[in-house]
Amino acid sequence: MKIGKVVGTVVSTINSEVFDARRLLLCDLLDADQEPTGDYLICVDAVDAGAGETVLILDEGNSARQIVGWETAPIRAVVVGIVDEVHLPS
Amino acid sequence: MQLGRVVGTVVATIKTPGLEGIKLLIVQPLHRDLTEKGRPVVAADGVHMAGPGELVYIVGSREAAQALPEPFVPVDHAIVGIVDAVEELS
Repeated sequence: MKIGKVVGTVVSTINSEVFDARRLLLCDLLDADQEPTGDYLICVDAVDAGAGETVLILDEGNSARQIVGWETAPIRAVVVGIVDEVHLPS
Repeated sequence: MQLGRVVGTVVATIKTPGLEGIKLLIVQPLHRDLTEKGRPVVAADGVHMAGPGELVYIVGSREAAQALPEPFVPVDHAIVGIVDAVEELS
């Protein structure tokens, strides 16, 4: 999984069915010390994450389909948690 | 998933079985700020409505095949939605 930060949402009306009635979050990817890596992902929101929150992103299809309960859904990135703290013993 | 812009189409009459009837579009992947990211890819149009110049979001690898009505079609990128708006959350 990856750590990310919610920086926006993607609004879309014409899309694959699985995205209907699901929020799409634009997340910057962060490295372990929470610095932006420069990359980003559009993720399906599974935990009602809010703006600016640090989140846990799952980026793998089978697990994503399991979460939405839809065997043939074309999705990979899902926000599966909201990060409270990250400890990095220096 | 990532953002992309449709920049062209590909017509190929001789293709492997399973690719018939699938619209192939050239998509330029974009960074979050909509600047060009990497090289264009040829993506299957999973929503059958993406036109030239449109902002879309694309998915890769196996999920691309899942975006099409006929599963397990040999494609590695697919358009799974047309973007109405990207809203930055401050």
